[in-house]
Amino acid sequence: MLEHYLSLAVKSIFVENMALAFFLGMCSFLAVSRKVETAIGLGSAVIFVLGITVPMNNLIYTYLLKEGALAWVSPDLARYDLSFLGFLTYIGTIAAMVQIVEMVMDRYMPKLYSALGVFLPLIAVNCAILGASLWMVERDYTLGESTVFGIASGIGWALAIVALAAIRERLRYHDIPAALRGLGITFIITGLMAIGFMAFGGIQL
Amino acid sequence: MESKNREALVDPLFNENPITLQVLGICSALAVTTRMDTSLVMSIAVICVLTLSNVAISLLRNSIPTNIRIIVQLTIIASLVIVTDQILKAYLWDISKQLSVFVGLIITNCIIMGRAEAFAMANPPGLSLLDGIGNGLGYALILMITAFLREFFGSGSLFGKQVMPLVSDGGWYNPNGMMLYSPAAFFIIGFLIWGLRVWKPDQMEED
Repeated sequence: MLEHYLSLAVKSIFVENMALAFFLGMCSFLAVSRKVETAIGLGSAVIFVLGITVPMNNLIYTYLLKEGALAWVSPDLARYDLSFLGFLTYIGTIAAMVQIVEMVMDRYMPKLYSALGVFLPLIAVNCAILGASLWMVERDYTLGESTVFGIASGIGWALAIVALAAIRERLRYHDIPAALRGLGITFIITGLMAIGFMAFGGIQL
Repeated sequence: MESKNREALVDPLFNENPITLQVLGICSALAVTTRMDTSLVMSIAVICVLTLSNVAISLLRNSIPTNIRIIVQLTIIASLVIVTDQILKAYLWDISKQLSVFVGLIITNCIIMGRAEAFAMANPPGLSLLDGIGNGLGYALILMITAFLREFFGSGSLFGKQVMPLVSDGGWYNPNGMMLYSPAAFFIIGFLIWGLRVWKPDQMEED
């Protein structure tokens, strides 16, 4: 059992890296990767929110939305299939969770809260978060699997953005063609990083 | 007024392209572009959702309380995406299967939120409609160029039709499999940005 979880974690961190293999969360990935410090802040916020919302949405999907999921309320409701409401529910859960996490942090962990700053609310519209919930439904993960999947894919995303930010900090000293500076070169570097991460393909524990 | 309308429609194509200048909506631009037919369906879906959400949000802009505007916007967008998803599932099942989670990800496609926030909240419905179509077309343009290059060189076909006969089928073209992998999309868009900024130097940035 542990082996299965471990293999899922390694797969979600390296082989199926959210940012570099599926291009999820690209907007903030490219926009917030100018400095390592902010990249670490955003990365840890993403790990945190993914670790909570994916299992949360898994519970909602299994007990409320899936075909026949309402059977635990009363047998008459078993014939309803509410999965078409998925998008609306998941994004609602994510927005609400981000809000709650923000308030709890503000109250009990003010230091971390001020470190994350504006990135926390922005996470609600990061496609990596919604993407992870949608993958979870598509691949039919159990509650345990989706917890591991959520945290591990958050770690993978954080790893990628911190690495990119470190590279971009060094770029300042390089002589790049004027038209390629900024966004252009960032795309090409991300492409090269994606090739690097492809080397993990096929690894199984 | 006439020129303002045209600006809202045409500017996003080259001068203020959502992908290459505003850095919006990149996730899906990269992931669905291995084939032209999926990209075309994705572009049409985004244009529809973007235009409708821009109009809806612009109509409601004076009655949305500022504190909860993100949730209101997300709800409108998510409802539109659910409709799109159901239509795709009903009429284009194969393509909808290939797009998998990326139809759902239109919700968090930053183009839509970004335009709602930056344009529709401050402009009348007519202008927002044009802005929605314009930005959708700008997105579609980059998507289709990338998909054309990836499908043409990656599998020697266009819209799933074989244009260059493959070596494996007795033809002469040896496909460049690299084009079908994810890094190729990054390179193509990176080079597109480079080309565009050589052509329009005012878009260059200091870094």
